[in-house]
Amino acid sequence: MTGSDLIAMMILAAGLFAIGLFGVLARRGIMFQLVALEVALSGPALGFVAAGAYHADPQGQGMFILVLTLAAAEVAVGLALFLRIRRIAGSDDSDVISGMKG
Amino acid sequence: MSLLLAIYAGAFALVSAAIAVTRPNAVHALLYLVVTLLALAVTFFALGAAFAAVLLIMIYAGAIVVLFVFVVMTLPISPESMTRERASLRGAWPVPLLLSVLIIAPFVFGEFGIAANTAAAPVSAQQVGRLLFGPWALAVELASLLLLAGLIGVRHIGRSDRTPRSRP
Repeated sequence: MTGSDLIAMMILAAGLFAIGLFGVLARRGIMFQLVALEVALSGPALGFVAAGAYHADPQGQGMFILVLTLAAAEVAVGLALFLRIRRIAGSDDSDVISGMKG
Repeated sequence: MSLLLAIYAGAFALVSAAIAVTRPNAVHALLYLVVTLLALAVTFFALGAAFAAVLLIMIYAGAIVVLFVFVVMTLPISPESMTRERASLRGAWPVPLLLSVLIIAPFVFGEFGIAANTAAAPVSAQQVGRLLFGPWALAVELASLLLLAGLIGVRHIGRSDRTPRSRP
């Protein structure tokens, strides 16, 4: 694995993160924003694994496992919030909860 | 050879991710998310990170996507909601696209300055385990604390409101 290969993998990782960011910003449905958040989190995961493979170091995969844990917890909390918001506000549009009260 | 495969599968993941975040139908978005994750797993295999690839398939494409599917089953997917999603996406795409391009631009045009040429050896699951339960034991404990906090938070958010909420 040469340096240019690592650069290619880093560009791919940044592209995955950028696509996820685009999805989070452009979509309004909470469900779609959570899917885009998953895509965005997989970008840094690819970056960590690629850097770990470049240096032949297990720390890249170690960070990947921590990112995986974060993604699992985030999805569980996000989907529970989504169901709760649908029950309270009757909508899956994230704009209806832009103002908080109470 | 394998690096070519890694770049090919990574580009595949990029394309299917771009499709996934622009679908008006939630089920289609989830299917393209699965395609993205499987292509990413192939990339990990090609990079010599077999353990990470297996974890990606088992936890991401297995457990997390199944969680999404359970929630999608409660979601009414009507033609009206699809036209609404399509309309809101049509009005909202330019500024997020500009921001995303600005995010990725330094990576594409920037100088990384990587000159060293090391041979990539596959990292085995044994090495990862030695790392996680040796020097990184504190990080593993923090991750378990995060999962516990998530569990308690979901239990609190998802409870049913039988009792009246307005108390003096």
